[in-house]
Amino acid sequence: MTLSVRLSHDFGSFSLKAEFEAPSGITVLYGRSGSGKTTIINAVAGLLSPKAGRISVEDWVLLDSEAGTNLPPHKRRLGYIFQEGRLFPHLNVRQNLLYGRWFVGQSQQSAELDRIVEMLGIGHLLDRRPQKLSGGEKQRVGIGRALLSNPKLILADEPLASLDEERKQEILPFFERLRDEVSVPILYVSHSPTEVGRLATTVVALEDGKVAKQGPAVEVLGDPMVLPAGARAAGALIEAVVIAHHEDGLSELDAGGIRLLLPKVPVPTGHRLRVRIPAQDVILSRQAPEGLSALNILPGTVETIRSGEGPGALVSVKTPAGSVLARVTRRSADSLDLAEGVSIHAIVKTLAIAPEDVGG
Amino acid sequence: MMLSPAEWQAVHLSVQVSFWATLVSLPLGVLTAYALARWSFPGRQLLNGIVHLPLILPPVVTGYLLLVTFAPKAPLGGFLAELGIVFAFRWTGAALAAAIMAFPLMVRAIRLSIEAVDVKLEQASATLGASPPWVFLTVTLPLILPGVLAGSILAFAKAMGEFGATITFVSNIPGQTQTLPTAIYAFLQVPGGENSALRLVIVSVIVSMGALLLSEMLSRRVAKRVGGV
Repeated sequence: MTLSVRLSHDFGSFSLKAEFEAPSGITVLYGRSGSGKTTIINAVAGLLSPKAGRISVEDWVLLDSEAGTNLPPHKRRLGYIFQEGRLFPHLNVRQNLLYGRWFVGQSQQSAELDRIVEMLGIGHLLDRRPQKLSGGEKQRVGIGRALLSNPKLILADEPLASLDEERKQEILPFFERLRDEVSVPILYVSHSPTEVGRLATTVVALEDGKVAKQGPAVEVLGDPMVLPAGARAAGALIEAVVIAHHEDGLSELDAGGIRLLLPKVPVPTGHRLRVRIPAQDVILSRQAPEGLSALNILPGTVETIRSGEGPGALVSVKTPAGSVLARVTRRSADSLDLAEGVSIHAIVKTLAIAPEDVGG
Repeated sequence: MMLSPAEWQAVHLSVQVSFWATLVSLPLGVLTAYALARWSFPGRQLLNGIVHLPLILPPVVTGYLLLVTFAPKAPLGGFLAELGIVFAFRWTGAALAAAIMAFPLMVRAIRLSIEAVDVKLEQASATLGASPPWVFLTVTLPLILPGVLAGSILAFAKAMGEFGATITFVSNIPGQTQTLPTAIYAFLQVPGGENSALRLVIVSVIVSMGALLLSEMLSRRVAKRVGGV
């Protein structure tokens, strides 16, 4: 199933004009605050009526301003996961989870409740009030509540933004499972490079109310011309297969024939992983380096160079493992005579790759 | 403390009048409070003014206006009389006067609790499939319930104490329209009535204080409940 969105809306001086498609899996609306992400997700939810547009899931039309169709939120069959949880304070966890079921018409079996409660690990919380839950627990109940309303479309508005790092790591795997197990499209708003790297099947990069680029995550995140969250947050994705775990705490991965060493990953060999390589942590070298402590050296050629207004330049390097982004100074780019087609080595320290940037 | 039959009659009638005044005006009170808190419509300020008018007008004026509106010879009173509904000089008239005088207090308390409800919770309810009436019944109403109760108790207490509009509209007929305050007033007008008056004063103080304390307690609960996300 695919969600198709075309919208235009104005707020004072800000104007939004966006068109994109969200297929099954997680589509991340990726951009800074003020880029129009929340406006889009609220228009899809029906909580905001845009000036003009069309929103549909396959042939089911939620909004068509020309035809005069605009379904109210309660008829849109949504599962909306909010940043602040928004659990009902007068209901306990079980009642919160089952709230959507009152309105679904067809009754679901309680096996569904058991399955989702087990998946989210919230069985011991069922009789508690939301006030007595931690931030991470609230968010898990929020996810369960959205899933149990039997949605045709799942929306998540920065669901991890109000959690601390540890809680984020606790919740991220649930979204990975959701992405892999649920067939309905999931529209996920975020400005976090880690979340987009871990979760996105499709990325819709938003800049100032416009779609700068949309497509598979590897493609959009590897493009130096699109920086929805700024140059500091840039980083390409590489796909790799775990081939060995070593005694010294490292895991060995194969990425298109290139050997990568990462801090030990908690998955068995043979598993396919996505690794986000922060552009800031990549060093470039014209010669194959020797006597260097860094363990990962990816040979390749320069694809594109984007010089910013500041001292930095973003260089995209085509390697057998995929495109890698490197953020270097313009001075270095000049002294290395970097230009399109020049052969180069991208060097990545093993320990520069954070565990949260590696996922399934 | 023993009350004489005449005194009991006044207490009983007061409770009856106040109970019905509160109960019948409650749905309208919730609707008015919701409209004032949430809807923007032409005449919103005017409605707000009319609701609060009985708080500001001399009660005698309110009673007089009721009398000229609902007297059997007045157009509206006459029309209702043909349907068998008579307010003037009946206990139902005392209830009407009490309801109108207590209405601003009720609406204020309910409106405050509606304004304290986070609209985001209602949006969450809508995204889970609840139509607007269901959002109100399953989210808004439970969250404002302590406020509704507090408003009702305040209105009940106010109705118990209503004097000016009642005596103007329905007079002071023992067993018919003589409520606690008008009974106290009547006892004070006759020699030897001081003891009866004193006993009724004590009853009044107990009822009013009890209502106030209960209402305070419920207000604290609404704050806790609505704020505790």
